Amino acid sequence: MTTAVEFRNVDIMFGARQDQALAMLDSGASRDQILQETGNVLGCAGASLSVQEGEISVLMGLSGSGKSTLLRAVNRLNIVSRGEVLVRDGDRQVDITSCDEVTLRRIRQHRVAMVFQQFGLLPWRTVEQNVGIPLELAGVPEEQRRRRVAEQLRLVNLDQWAGKYANELSGGMQQRVGLARAFVTEAPILLMDEPFSALDPLIRTKLQDELLILQEKLRKTILFVSHDLEEALKIGNHITIMESGRIVQTGTPEEIVLKPANAYVRDFVANVNPMSVLTAWNVMRDVRDLAAAGEGWVWLDRRRTTRLKLASGAAGLEVERDGKPVALVPYAAPQSGHDGGGPVFTIPVTMPLKAAMEAMQHSAAGPIAVLDGGRVVGAIGVRDVLGAILGREASGVRVSPSTPN
Amino acid sequence: MDPITEFMVDHRIPVGPWGMAFFDLITDQFNSFLRLFSRSLNNFLAGLVDLFLLLPPVALALMIAGLAWYLQRSLRLAIGVALGLFFIINQSMWAQTVQTLVLVVTAATASMAIGIPLGIAAAHRPRLYRVMLPVLDLMQTLPTFVYLIPVLTLFGLGNAPGLIVTIIFVLPTPVRLTYLGISSVPTSIIEAGQAFGATRRQLLWKYELPSALPTIMVGLTQSIMLSLSMVVFAALIGAGGLGTEINRALGSRRIDLGIEAGLAIVVLAIVLDRMVHVKTRGGK
Ligand SMILES: Nc1ncnc2c1ncn2[C@@H]1O[C@H](COP(=O)(O)OP(=O)(O)O)[C@@H](O)[C@H]1O
Ligand SMILES: [Mg+2]
Repeated sequence: MTTAVEFRNVDIMFGARQDQALAMLDSGASRDQILQETGNVLGCAGASLSVQEGEISVLMGLSGSGKSTLLRAVNRLNIVSRGEVLVRDGDRQVDITSCDEVTLRRIRQHRVAMVFQQFGLLPWRTVEQNVGIPLELAGVPEEQRRRRVAEQLRLVNLDQWAGKYANELSGGMQQRVGLARAFVTEAPILLMDEPFSALDPLIRTKLQDELLILQEKLRKTILFVSHDLEEALKIGNHITIMESGRIVQTGTPEEIVLKPANAYVRDFVANVNPMSVLTAWNVMRDVRDLAAAGEGWVWLDRRRTTRLKLASGAAGLEVERDGKPVALVPYAAPQSGHDGGGPVFTIPVTMPLKAAMEAMQHSAAGPIAVLDGGRVVGAIGVRDVLGAILGREASGVRVSPSTPN
Repeated sequence: MDPITEFMVDHRIPVGPWGMAFFDLITDQFNSFLRLFSRSLNNFLAGLVDLFLLLPPVALALMIAGLAWYLQRSLRLAIGVALGLFFIINQSMWAQTVQTLVLVVTAATASMAIGIPLGIAAAHRPRLYRVMLPVLDLMQTLPTFVYLIPVLTLFGLGNAPGLIVTIIFVLPTPVRLTYLGISSVPTSIIEAGQAFGATRRQLLWKYELPSALPTIMVGLTQSIMLSLSMVVFAALIGAGGLGTEINRALGSRRIDLGIEAGLAIVVLAIVLDRMVHVKTRGGK
């Protein structure tokens, strides 16, 4: 894993009296005190974060918490007062805060592209001309420019609209132009500052999905700003939570949801639907904790109606419900309803909680066996699901160790 | 008179004589140069006028109508322009109109050529703008008659001084409008350029100027109109054209001549305004 962007102790102070304000910051003054005494605004303080190549890293926080400020340090739209911002440039790292103009321009043209909340399109240019402008700036010859622009427009399904002016398009389409303009540079790093926040909820969801599909193909390193935890959880491989200029927590989506670092993070988490974050693995009871039901058998449910024989190998799992053998089949949605006598479903550990609940519904609230590569690793019953939704931390939900990606 | 007033009057600050001395100095030092400059400018303007007058009036009028069509792609406008110009020919004001047209177009072009770079520079350098502002105010508020005299002494009589007073009067407008246009380019647009690695020059040409274009074009229309409004004054120091006719009408109280020349100016104003009117897309 290589690091694409790394922030090291970044302080960003807006205003003229830098030295005085930074000294105050060091002596522990608050944002408000600094503002009152010096008139300087603390954008962010002591921010350290690394973003791995190919991941989507989300900066999340309330409005004014310094997300954009930190993001914009990566292409020096904001000047960093102290600290380093290292950006991968081929096989070396460039400190954006101190590099010369020529290097900066090269990085901006070829390494780091940006997508803006308000799109930042030029109304006097057509879609095609807007997408082509980064190439124009970089001096790419006309013919090659045309080809690359056409390619990008196809990628975001805008080829029909190439000749339209930017302001003749809907918001969602304008942002697709914004995406195409960022992609056309072939920059490996993308900065996205609340790119979907200005859009209607439906369009927003659609563009999030499109971004995830594109990301499968393109494998960019994306630094994404959002004030919406649902969005962050949906698209982020890692989430960094910011509170009045400081990073308060960095982690995987489930770490954020299951182990919020403080009350501020907890407040965000309180408003999200756990079903969109948790997987079967987070809520299942481990197979080793299941009650024994005779020689080589374990009870899958607490009511002891369904038992499963743990075979030594992968094959030949046996299941009995109320003493009668039943089939054990992988759950595939959607299924017609069963009542009582149906099979016992198995699901993979990675299945989202929501799908696991559907499986449960289709087996008349019976227990579900959780498989990991053909091996039974646990079981999920109604109580486990309710516990996860209602209690979360309290119910002993499992958190995986933080792994990059 | 009360003593204080008396004292003040007795110790009058000689701004008038100072100014006169200043202009005398310039005239002494640069007389031959100024005369040469003024003579070449006069010749240039006269040359242009003669060139246009070589053509039969109707042919020139049709060419201007063709230009109107080329600029605006509107047949209606082209026909309107042709009819307006035919009316002027019909009133035997053609030669004067061509003279005025040359003066106005030259003055407006020169004002734009000087004003746009100044406006851009001012928008990029707030300190420069603060220095320029009082000068611009002075140029616009100083009554025209006041600077007719020094311009007359420096450049003599003719079209050249007429052109110069017109430029002095017009110049602040394109400067201000360019300044306004460039300094109100939305930050989001500038940042969109910077983020993709635009150089300062690219920012200016690909982002700022196109974004400011509608405002700058208002500057062009206004420059033309203001130049037209100066023709009567310019005629006072020897610039030919419709202004001369109006002054003549005034001197001899000829209402008919006044109406004819005045109408020609109005027609010219409308024609020019419609021709340079820019339909812009989007804006900000
Ligand atoms: N250019 C600037 N000059 C002064 N203050 C700024 C500037 N940009 C941002 N700020 C301030 O820095 C703080 C963080 O802003 P920002 O990073 O935009 O927040 P977020 O993106 O999280 O909503 C805010 O208080 C904001 O007013
Ligand atoms: Mg922001």
